Amino acid sequence: MAKFLLLKHYRGAPAPINNVSMDRWTPAEISAHVQYMNDFAARLEGTGEFVDGQALAPEGTWVRYDGEGRPPVTDGPFAETKDLIAGWMVIDVDSHDRAIELAGELSAAPGAGGAPIHEWLEVRPFLAEPPTITD
Amino acid sequence: MDEVLLRALTPSVISVLGHRGVDFAAAEDAVQDALVEAIRTWPADPPRDPKGWLVTVAWRRFLDATRADVARRRREEVVDNEGTGTVSAVDDTLALYFLCAHPSLTPSSAVALTLRAVGGLTTRQIASAYLVPEATMAQRISRAKRTVSGVRFDRPGDVATVLRVLYLVFNEGYSGDLDLAAEAIRLTRQLAATIDHPEVTGLLALMLLHHARRAARTAPDGSLVPLAEQDRGRWDTELIAEGVEMLQAALVRDRLGEFQAQAAIAALHADAPTAEQTDWVQIVEWYDELARVTDNPVVRLNRAVAVGEADGARAGLAALAELDASLPRYTAVAAYLHERDGDPETAARLYADAALHAPNLAERDHLTRQAARLNTRRRC
Repeated sequence: MAKFLLLKHYRGAPAPINNVSMDRWTPAEISAHVQYMNDFAARLEGTGEFVDGQALAPEGTWVRYDGEGRPPVTDGPFAETKDLIAGWMVIDVDSHDRAIELAGELSAAPGAGGAPIHEWLEVRPFLAEPPTITD
Repeated sequence: MDEVLLRALTPSVISVLGHRGVDFAAAEDAVQDALVEAIRTWPADPPRDPKGWLVTVAWRRFLDATRADVARRRREEVVDNEGTGTVSAVDDTLALYFLCAHPSLTPSSAVALTLRAVGGLTTRQIASAYLVPEATMAQRISRAKRTVSGVRFDRPGDVATVLRVLYLVFNEGYSGDLDLAAEAIRLTRQLAATIDHPEVTGLLALMLLHHARRAARTAPDGSLVPLAEQDRGRWDTELIAEGVEMLQAALVRDRLGEFQAQAAIAALHADAPTAEQTDWVQIVEWYDELARVTDNPVVRLNRAVAVGEADGARAGLAALAELDASLPRYTAVAAYLHERDGDPETAARLYADAALHAPNLAERDHLTRQAARLNTRRRC
């Protein structure tokens, strides 16, 4: 009963094995990839472990406060930003081992040529509520 | 509407359907439907006989779900022959606890199933308490029911598995509209009423003693207040008295287990009018007892803290040095003991390091604040 974030990067992760960018895949390969992700989420819902899954557009805008009564300052997008989040899946599982196991499966999503991408996913535990009994 | 009454009736309504020959999974589904219906209609139209109402509605739901006429007729014969029953409702409830905590279930499934079938909570309430979508929780519960579908409903199991589940529910604390700690106490009270076992009493005492401190445990801004700094005037003395009395009744039976030992430690804290007056020597002795009945390394970590209080920070650090440094909260304990030993520089560094590895937000903030406090003081 712990939540983990499985984080997918556009940029910033080590290179996957099947390293062909998505715009070079065939439409059928893209469909197969999307289907794999949907099936994975559906299966986790079936096992009672799915919490959330979202994809993000690569473009973002940086925003900061610029003082009382002034509109916020905006800037970007910054092409040079090292790390770029592509999306995530949140799971609620019994152990860290189970989170690793599921991330491994998700990383096997098919890419170019229908072969697994072997994409690097980042697994991050949530900071949850403190336990009641501590002494 | 008395939602607690509704929840309390749940196990007995499931067992009525069980005696009519309905299998556990179908009975539990039908009763869940009746509960959802009750929550909807009782506020405006409360029944005179709540249990009778639930049985009628659940039975109708079950019949609707099983359309086969033959099966229905066969079951109606069973109803006609239903007497007062040879198996008591108490035994049925107990069997339900064992089934829902069956060792073939993962901890999260056992917790979810227990809260629904024994606790009478709706899937939506459980999902919101554990911050997962309702569909996910519904699947977790139906998988759990499939897992135990081959288990005989009437065989007693190991009470330790049930206690482990109730402990998990209690320790999850409070993370939504539903008060899981209070629910765990209710379920443990109900269990204690159906089975005579010193560890059940021990767990209930442990829960009451910790629940008693609840109001003092968090500051108005939500930050953690450590035991030593809690306003003891805000501890619930009635709960403490009840917990201590229960613990004493369990201990005289001379069958010590981990929950009684943990409750004894909580009782010694509860008994101290101020943090300074805590009987740390006795607490160390109870940690030794606890270490004898469980091989949990966290116990030895907590023992090192107690040794630090009883025999001085040096002794605490020596006890700590014997433990695996990769234990959760090891660094936080080391920071605390180094501060007590008069080394704020090391303590500040360790607090900051511990904050990086804290398992939850409240602890991380607390540890960061400790590091900041020491660093600020050193600059002055």
